[in-house]
Formats: sequence, C-alpha cells, structure tokens
Amino acid sequence: MQPVSHKTVNQVAGPLLFVDKVENAAYGEMVEITNAVGERIRGQVLDSRAGLAIVQVFGSTMGLNVGQTSVRFLGETARISVSDEMLGRVFDGLGNPRDKGPTIVSKQKVEIVGSAMNPYSREEPSEFIQTGISTIDGMNTLVRGQKLPIFSGSGLPHNALAAQIARQAKVLSASESFSVVFAAMGITSEEANYFIRQFEETGALERTVLFLNLSSDPSMERILTPRLALTTAEFLAYERETHVLVILTDMTNYCEALREISAARDEVPGRRGFPGYTYTDLSTLYERAGKIKGRKGSITQIPILTMPADDKTHPIPDLTGYITEGQVYVSRDLDRGGVYPPIDVLESLSRLMNQGIGKGRTREDHRGLADQLYACYAQGKDNRALSAIVGEEALSETDRKFLKVAERFEKMFVKQGINEDRSIEQTLDIGWDVIAPLSDSEIKRIKPEMIEKYRRRATTTTTR
Amino acid sequence: MRNGYLIAASVVFVLAGTSRWAEALREISGRLEEMPGEEGYPAYLGRRLAEFYERSGRAVVLGPDERTGSVSVVGAVSPPGGDFSEPVSQNTLRVTRVFWALDASLAARRHFPSINWLNSYSLYTDDLRNWYVANIAKDWPAFRSEALEILQKEAELQDIVQLVGYDALPESEKGTMDVAKMIREDYLQQSAYDPVDTYSSIRKQYLMIKTILDFGHMEAEALKTGATATQVAAFPVKSKISKIKWTPEEQVEAFIKEVEGDMAQEFAGLKQEIKVQQ
Repeated sequence: MQPVSHKTVNQVAGPLLFVDKVENAAYGEMVEITNAVGERIRGQVLDSRAGLAIVQVFGSTMGLNVGQTSVRFLGETARISVSDEMLGRVFDGLGNPRDKGPTIVSKQKVEIVGSAMNPYSREEPSEFIQTGISTIDGMNTLVRGQKLPIFSGSGLPHNALAAQIARQAKVLSASESFSVVFAAMGITSEEANYFIRQFEETGALERTVLFLNLSSDPSMERILTPRLALTTAEFLAYERETHVLVILTDMTNYCEALREISAARDEVPGRRGFPGYTYTDLSTLYERAGKIKGRKGSITQIPILTMPADDKTHPIPDLTGYITEGQVYVSRDLDRGGVYPPIDVLESLSRLMNQGIGKGRTREDHRGLADQLYACYAQGKDNRALSAIVGEEALSETDRKFLKVAERFEKMFVKQGINEDRSIEQTLDIGWDVIAPLSDSEIKRIKPEMIEKYRRRATTTTTR
Repeated sequence: MRNGYLIAASVVFVLAGTSRWAEALREISGRLEEMPGEEGYPAYLGRRLAEFYERSGRAVVLGPDERTGSVSVVGAVSPPGGDFSEPVSQNTLRVTRVFWALDASLAARRHFPSINWLNSYSLYTDDLRNWYVANIAKDWPAFRSEALEILQKEAELQDIVQLVGYDALPESEKGTMDVAKMIREDYLQQSAYDPVDTYSSIRKQYLMIKTILDFGHMEAEALKTGATATQVAAFPVKSKISKIKWTPEEQVEAFIKEVEGDMAQEFAGLKQEIKVQQ
C-alpha cells in the first residue's frame, strides 16, 4: 500500500496530534510528520476512529502548526532492524545510532511489541547466577530468566549496584556467550556516561547494546525504548543463543511518560494520576523475561526504579512488585550508615531462589544458612530497637548476642567493596562467620549435620 | 545560560523558586483544562524539570583551542510546609545528584547554614575523593566519613537521651555525644555576619575537623582508662577549639598548633590525675 500524506491536522495538544479525515490508520501504525520547514519527526497512532487518528509524537511538538504540518501514515507498526552488528553500539531511544556509526541494516525487521511467550513453552528458571554480591547470592539468589527489580530512591547507589551486577554476573557451569542490553529511560547524561564508562573499563562494551533516552530527550520516546531493548534482547537470546541481561532504568520515568500520554488523551486517571492500565502495560515489559523450552538463550531482567519519597506503596513499585519475581530493596538507613551495597535483606526477596540453590547448584547448606541469617538479623534488629529505649545493658545475654550478630551481619556480610567479587563459597563461609557467636543450640534453622560439617570448616578456612 | 558554553566560562546558575515556577505551570495547565497528574500539577512536570536540569554540564566549546565551559545549576525548591514528599521536590531529586536539605528545626535553633547533615547527600563524594586527597589531605575522605558516623550515632543516642537523660548514658557514649556537639557547633555552624567566619577556606576546614576528631580520639582513649566525660568537658581547651572559627585564615595554623599543645597537655594531666587516684 502506498503511504498517504495527510495535511488535515485539526489540533495539537501536548505530545498529541489529532488528524482528521483519516480512514484507514491502523492502531500502533508508525507515521512520519513533516513540519512547516520540512523537518521530520516520527510518531505513532494511539487511537484510530472513523475519520480521526490521534498521533503520539516522538519529539517536541513545539512549532507544529495546524495548516502546514503533513502526516504520512507508513502502513507498518514500530519495528527495529536486528543484527549481530548491534553489539557494542549505542542507540538513541528510537533505535537510531547515537555513536556516529552507521545505521543497522538487516533483513530482519522485527515488531517491537513482541508476541507473548506461550506459557506451555516457558521453562522454569533454575540456573544460579553468581553476582559476587553476598546479599544477592546468599540471601536473594538471582537465577537465569528471572526478573528481579531494584527498588531504590533518589540519592542511593542503585546505578553502582546495577553496574556491579552487570560486570560480575556469571553462571558457574560453563562459559557460554553472555551479553548485556541496557535501556535508559530519562536518566541524566551523567548517569548514562557512568554506565558506558563502567562497560568500557571492563571490556564489556563490545558485548553490550545500549539504548539511551536521556532526560533532555523527548519523553514520548520512553514508551518505545524498553521495547526496542527487549526486542533486541529476544533476538540475541533466541536466535543467537546468548544469555542476555537486560537492565531497564529508570522505570519510574517510563511510567511518568505513560501518565503524560494518558493525561494528554484526557483519560480518567487512576492512583496518583497514573492510568488504569499501568499494571497491564508494565506486565507487557516484565513478562518478556524468561526462558523457552528447547532454546538455549535466556533473558534476565533487572529493572531499576526509584520510589518517590522512598514510598513503597507508590503505584510504580507496588504494581512492579506484583509482576516481578521478588525485589532487591536498597535502604537509605544502611546507606547513611556507610554500608555498600545498602541492600536491606528483610525487605528484599527472590521468589525463584529455591530453584537455583542447594546441592549441585550452590551448596547444600545454602537454604538453611540463609534462613538462619534472616532470622538472626530480624531478631537482632528488633533488639536494636529495644536497646535504643532501655539501653544495651538492660538486655538479656541472648538478646545482646543477637544484637552483635546483626552488627556483624551488616559489617561483614552486607558490606563489601564495589569491585569485590565474592564466590558463593566465600559468601556462605562469611555467613557462617557471622553467626559464630551463637552456640549450636541457638542455630535452629540449619540441620545438625550441616552445622557439624560446615561450621568447623568456616572457622578454619576464613581469615576474618 | 548557554553563554557558559559559548565563551567557555564557568557559570553558576541559581534558580530560586522552582516551586513557584511549577505553580505557574500548574495554573496554565489548569486553564488549558489538561488532565492533572499528582496534586494538580500537569503530568509533564517531571519531564520539564528534567529538561531544565539537564542543561547543566561541562563541555568542550567549538573552536580551535580546547577550552571548556561549564554551567552548574543550583535550584531552590520550597515545598509547602517543608514537605519533601510532594511532586516538585521528588521530581527534582530524581534528576539531580546533590541534595542540601534545609531544616526548619535547625533554623529555629539558629543553626546556620541550616543544612541537615543526615538528610543531605552528594553523589559526587566518590568522584571527588582523588581531588580531595591531591589538593587537601590524604585523610580528608576518612575524616568526612568519621564525622558523619559520629553525627549518625548522635542521632540514635538522642532518642535514648530524650527518654532516660544524658546522665544515664555509658561514659563512652557520653564522649560521642560531646564530640558530635563540637562538630555541630564548632565546625558546621557558621555566621554569615562575621567577616572571618563567613568564609572558611577548605584548608581551614580541614584543620578544624582534624582538631575536633583528634580531641575525640584522645577523649575516647581517656574514657577507656577510667576518666569521666564530665572531667573532659571541663577542659579549658574546649573553649579554645570553639574559637578557631573566629580566627583569621593567616593566624589559623599557629592557633591550631597552640590548641593541639594545650590538648596534649590537658589530657596528659588528666591521665596523671587518674593514676594518682588509682
């Protein structure tokens, strides 16, 4: 079908164009908009009615007028050319080169909406990924094909944490091909530079694809950016048999772009002004993580979101938490206490942890030890609150012991260097060290034979 | 603002009243009958703030010689009722990397500049570590984290003190409280009306915090050997330390030498006293 140009723009409202006398616009169809001076901007059909199409513009609508703007309907939905050449490249939020390299030319132009994974073909994730970070490996284990978001706040080191995970993540069994797809939505150029520098320094850039929509770029692009990234990831994972780690940051900016469009369309707002379909929309992104039976590759997602005012009941973290398989919670209290990475394990959770750990995967004492650490830390933190009121002297001896264990847990187990890559063995041994002050009878979550086997070992092998 | 990049100057751009700007945005949005986002602000509030702050930066200007220009933006946000959880504050925090939280309760106590030391942060601390080490002193980063730790500890102890009183604290914690007080009153607090105290060079700041932390170390040592915090609190050198900030830059090195001498002497005297008692 020959693309047709329309000069029937009726209204420009915020990021939207209302085009009259359009009969055959398809929902989601891409359009090319030419303004009065001949500049071209891309857009997408958001709403198609008889005689009317509402077009969302990827770019500024400043200077678009009603009389001279022409809109050309391209007859296809948003697609991206995918190829192996994308590795090591930097693209903007619409998939155009940002690094002055050539445009990607490929026979394969894939729709970025992506088709849903057949639930029957979905394979349950079960391979342990070692991130080298004790609080994740030991207590909230990440497995291949999982979606595990980082819940953070402004001013917290979530970017450093995500970069550390991207640098250190590996699967213990074999050296299979591994790549990173990084999608930035509305982050500052400084943050983007930080990630690029991190990938460069470790030589990871050549197996990384970056899609960058910075905070000075059009916010409407943010709707497409994660989809471009996930489509690229799917190509690498299922056609090139690569294990792909997708980092999406910052999901809060994505949701705000969603809200901006919703408001411009005069939709009835839901909680905090976010549209009622925020949950559905987020699921179409998060649910693209996983593994497919019979295919070698996998997609593991780490979305990062910043909770406004550290409020975890805010719709974005709330709805995200319903879809993802747990969360890593970055705590301001720990950060203030000088602990890096400031991960609060009590608020964190990995729902797929049990599939990835235990004998043959990590170590047989893993589950029990993790439970014991959780129990001790929770108890210790309660005692800390109590001692703040009555003073440490007034606590019983056992309570003081737990207080000490909680202290040791934060100082020895949670706290580690930004370049410290701990093996799972090290992590577990440190865990045993943390509970060293407890007597055998106080360790109730670990089977006696495990205590027998690993406790002595830990105290002899580690130097702490 | 762009001139900073055109003529390669270093420009600080101070925008006082982001909140009023956002209110104007809300007013216009309301008249346009746009669907509101949070608290009546338009849904594009966050985008507009981000677009503004993203214009700050450092760039090599076009031209044959490699000159760099920079624009640093300091935006003042004044949320209603000092509530930082409202949309303008939160959207600003998401795109900026340094946060100075002005605290009404500090201002009420006439602690100026009333920047809350626990809520404020800078994400440049690690980036600047090398600069501090090269330009001020090797131990500056360590001093910074130690001082912050003491203040953090003080905030925790404050809760207990309010319930049981200062006297019920163990001696070592009384010591921590005393040092924290010195950091707050002799180092953080400055008077903008005093010709000397209004501007402290970074070198002077370093010497001040070093003296206070040294005092803290000596006190901790003394408390371990059986001294009481009350004894240390009576030291005449303490009032001398609080005078450092009034001392002009060119005399400060000499004055601090004097203070350190007094400090060593008085702590030695205390040690002697305790020995005699035992």
